[in-house]
Amino acid sequence: MMTWPILSVITFLPAVGALLIWLMARGGDEAAARNARWIALWTTLITFAISLILVARFDPTQAGFQFVEEGRWLTATNAYKMGVDGISLPFVILTTALLPLCIIASWKSVTRRVAAYMMAFLILESLMVGTFAALDLLLFYVFFEGGLIPMFLIIGVWGGPRRVYATFKFFLYTLLGSVLMLLAIMALYWNAGTTDIPTLMTTAVPRNLQTWAWLAFFASFAVKMPMWPVHTWLPDAHVEAPTAGSVILAAILLKMGGYGFLRFSLPMFPLASHDFAPLVFTLSAIAIVYTSLVALMQEDMKKLIAYSSVAHMGFVTMGIFAGTMQGVAGGVFQMVSHGLVSGALFLCVGVVYDRMHTREIAAYGGVVNRMPLYAFVFLVFTMANVGLPGTSGFVGEFLTLIGTFKVSIPTAFFATLGVILSAAYALWLYRKIVFGALVKPSLATIKDLTLREVVTLAPLLVLTILFGFYPKPLLDFSAASVQQLVTNYSHAITAMKAAALMQ
Amino acid sequence: MIQAIVFLPLLGAILAGLIALAGAHARHPSGDTVEHAHRHDGHGDHAHASHAHADHGHDDHHAPAEPPAAGTGAAELITTALLFVSAALSWITFVNVGFFKQDVLIHVLPWINSGDLQVAWSLRVDTLTAVMLVVVTTVSSLVHLYSVGYMDEDPHRPRFFAYLSLFTFAMLMLVTSDNLVQLFFGWEGVGLASYLLIGFWYQKPSANAAAIKAFVVNRVGDFGFSLGIFAVFMLIGSTDFDVIFAAAPGLAGKTINFLGWQVDALTITCLLLFMGAMGKSAQFLLHTWLPDAMEGPTPVSALIHAATMVTAGVFMVARLSPLFELAPNAQAFVMLIGGTTAFFAATVGLVQNDIKRIVAYSTCSQLGYMFVAMGAGAYSVGMFHLFTHAFFKALLFLGSGSVIYAMHHEQDIRHMGGLKDKIPFTYFMMVIGTLALTGFPLTAGYFSKDAIIESAFVSQNPFAFYGFLMTVVAACLTSFYSWRLIFKTFHGKPHDQHHYEAAHEAPLWMLVPLGVLAAGSLLAGLPFKDLFAGHGVDEFFRASLKMHPHILEEMHHIPATIAYLPTVMMAIGLFVAWMFYIRRPYLPGELASQHRALYRFLLNKWYFDELYEIIFVRPTKWLGTTLWKKGDGAVIDGLGPNGVAGRVLDVTRGVVRVQTGYLYHYAFVMLIGVAGLITWFMLGLGGQ
Repeated sequence: MMTWPILSVITFLPAVGALLIWLMARGGDEAAARNARWIALWTTLITFAISLILVARFDPTQAGFQFVEEGRWLTATNAYKMGVDGISLPFVILTTALLPLCIIASWKSVTRRVAAYMMAFLILESLMVGTFAALDLLLFYVFFEGGLIPMFLIIGVWGGPRRVYATFKFFLYTLLGSVLMLLAIMALYWNAGTTDIPTLMTTAVPRNLQTWAWLAFFASFAVKMPMWPVHTWLPDAHVEAPTAGSVILAAILLKMGGYGFLRFSLPMFPLASHDFAPLVFTLSAIAIVYTSLVALMQEDMKKLIAYSSVAHMGFVTMGIFAGTMQGVAGGVFQMVSHGLVSGALFLCVGVVYDRMHTREIAAYGGVVNRMPLYAFVFLVFTMANVGLPGTSGFVGEFLTLIGTFKVSIPTAFFATLGVILSAAYALWLYRKIVFGALVKPSLATIKDLTLREVVTLAPLLVLTILFGFYPKPLLDFSAASVQQLVTNYSHAITAMKAAALMQ
Repeated sequence: MIQAIVFLPLLGAILAGLIALAGAHARHPSGDTVEHAHRHDGHGDHAHASHAHADHGHDDHHAPAEPPAAGTGAAELITTALLFVSAALSWITFVNVGFFKQDVLIHVLPWINSGDLQVAWSLRVDTLTAVMLVVVTTVSSLVHLYSVGYMDEDPHRPRFFAYLSLFTFAMLMLVTSDNLVQLFFGWEGVGLASYLLIGFWYQKPSANAAAIKAFVVNRVGDFGFSLGIFAVFMLIGSTDFDVIFAAAPGLAGKTINFLGWQVDALTITCLLLFMGAMGKSAQFLLHTWLPDAMEGPTPVSALIHAATMVTAGVFMVARLSPLFELAPNAQAFVMLIGGTTAFFAATVGLVQNDIKRIVAYSTCSQLGYMFVAMGAGAYSVGMFHLFTHAFFKALLFLGSGSVIYAMHHEQDIRHMGGLKDKIPFTYFMMVIGTLALTGFPLTAGYFSKDAIIESAFVSQNPFAFYGFLMTVVAACLTSFYSWRLIFKTFHGKPHDQHHYEAAHEAPLWMLVPLGVLAAGSLLAGLPFKDLFAGHGVDEFFRASLKMHPHILEEMHHIPATIAYLPTVMMAIGLFVAWMFYIRRPYLPGELASQHRALYRFLLNKWYFDELYEIIFVRPTKWLGTTLWKKGDGAVIDGLGPNGVAGRVLDVTRGVVRVQTGYLYHYAFVMLIGVAGLITWFMLGLGGQ
């Protein structure tokens, strides 16, 4: 079936684009900046177009990995192996789809070191796609950790005034997590003698090792998600990051944690996952209520959305560890939906930030009087954030909650409180920014969305509503893989319980 | 045909929405630059923008500072015409389904499919739905027509009509749903439309606050509704009505552990679902949003906050009657809440002075009546009142709108008086609405309200007597506050000569809907009595309702004194109102000063807003701030990154001073880590 290494092409094409910029568009003049922008845009567009071939050729009825590529790498025991299944493919597409929008969103707002900025984004894209497509543990680790570096630079070089503090916090948390994960990877390798992910997924891991390895992976993924109480790096990182950086951070980088749980924790350490599920439930429920409450009191637009992201990721972790079909499928769906919605919300913040250069909520008010299109777009995404049925946000929340209720009523109960709180903070933000009379003199000449901004927001808007009314394509895409994951997980648990009864 | 009924309003909403967006965009240019230094005087394009409307208070209209949006006529025509088509088709469907028994079930699209959860977009029309279709599309089309006149000074009419049609679509999706999830879609969809319409005049801070309050309080109800749906899915494995109703009898006696309590599964499920109904139908404890919702334009109050959306809770309980019939304890709670609301809202209505708020509290109280019938198991009777109430309450609201229009946006009845000579048609219509509301013999409300009181009397519900008592007392109160409104507004001497002189009858657009609704208020009772509360119920509703056994039979055998009691109460209320406001107008003031505490208690709506502010709002804000500043700031960051950070920075301070230097430094550490791992493998240390 495979005629050419399509996954590798998608993964490395952006890096080639970055190389092109380096070769052709260096120099600080305006011409070089323009070239860099265009090269970046075309690279990401072509990458996206190629990734659509994946969608066309993907067989959603198969649970296993497809488009598998394998080659020798480093040593005999670890290979360069790529492949996607129904769980990882949506994230690959999400990545390739969002990158062109990020490039367009940065078109005018980034004026300093444009070539370097574009290169950072392209390399970041390569590493993110690689993370989702890697089927070798070592390869995964390289992509996973490597992705931090360009993100780190994006915040640190093009970020706001407190960027050093933010990057430092970001670094500290992720470093701690990744060191522990590295140890767990080594342990897994010693146990199974391979770093091949499909093999590892079917290799039984001793109970004791499961516990330790689960905790080590958890440390890394929980930080990435981020879960309460290791979430405090996220609001700071978002606040300081440039708009496109926030979009990538919220839409894709956060999903790596959830993807990790689905790819490693649940299939490789089912017993430990089962043991620790109450811990995850507790942390998720706390995250939803706690960060929603905190979001209510924010004075900074980006911080509010960042805290709301933490709450929404709480639904994901809760659903995943419920281990039910609806919970896990809902988790995947919620991640994709959150990628669209939170990405769009950060773009919306970017729109007014580019005009007014402040993220302070109190500096706005009544922009609907001058920006009706913006008000409409922002309303749709606010409602999606609130989880209104008919938007993609509802489907994810609903599935994770209904999937969790079967397993743990208290968790679902407290998590459902989030629907009240999310309405409160999201509508409050909308009111403060958009509604009211336009009385602030600084806003008197603010103008509505430009064509460029409409181009970045319109696709997200269409998808948010489409997946709200007709989520079937996305759900069907991942259904087989999720089903297999859930079946294997429950088999492992049943076997463990049966064994316990025998003794 | 069903598709046309449901989707024509959506089409109208989309078209009007596009017109609104296109028009708005044409008037407000694009651009990502802001002229900071420039001072703007007389820049026509945004002159309206700095025009604060905050001083409007309870003013219902919004003085035009800008010309009407382009395409206004087209938007009005499209939405109104489509709604009338939809209404005509609904009546045909009503006849087909109700009398010719042609129930319909159409699968439109799959929606959420995951494992055993299979939810589809579908349209289910049985008699219960057909009744709602008729109510919704009729009132909605009349309100569309009325709004053409009422909103004629507003520059944002395309947006208004888009919202109205969007609301109608969501409401139709709600009543035609075949499963709980689509019901929830419609439920939240009408909530969105309500939010948008209450906040339609977005420059008014009070309107924005009311919009958010409506949405959030409804969300509190939806919190319970969602949990109810989850519980149903856990117990039965489906959200489709037919599957649920088939499986429900098997769940009798089953218990689940809900937050540590071992409770009857069906009871807790019904109570959770009912919590949603309490929010949407503004029942006691979750009622606080409805009076505030009067910030929206008056046609909205008539359509959403009187005739249709707020009755969604009643519809939901009726739809789920096979579940509620199996959960007597939940039914008891429904009766308790219904009776309490009927009484509570009526007492508050006694002393309010805003014409719309009086009618709003009346709505709240009448919804309580409907829930009393639901609690008694007389679902068709509750639906009867829903049906008749839609006509006379929409009439009262639109009539109030006509008064407000005539009085140039005055809503305080203390400033009115003597209007019956100025706007005789409106007066006449309002009297018809009041007669129906108070249950004057042979009007629509007479039949439905009496039936509810009778059903409460014969019910075996533990709170049956309470429900009976409350509804009887409320009947008296209803009569009093309704006539008080009429007397203070239309009789006596004008209190505001200036407004009085200028008062004039509304245009024909607005009078025609009043006439149609008045006809409904008079005629919707007798011809339908048998179908909703008589021997025709089984034949008419068939499987769409599961009535409490024998309740209708027993209602026909109650003592005559009980049967006449509501009418007597109505007469007493009328007499007292006449004494207070026509015969001896000094009495109310004396009474109010003699019972100062009681008066203030009622005037302040039992202090619910103040209470909730103390119990919920302030602690939530305090908690949010505390968790943020103390939890995130002091504890997590203090122990974590900042604690460690302080030390790391101390170490590195001497080494790296340049800011970007830090970055590359850390990036370098990461690279070393990755490289180290690779080296480790390459050297074969890992691969024995």
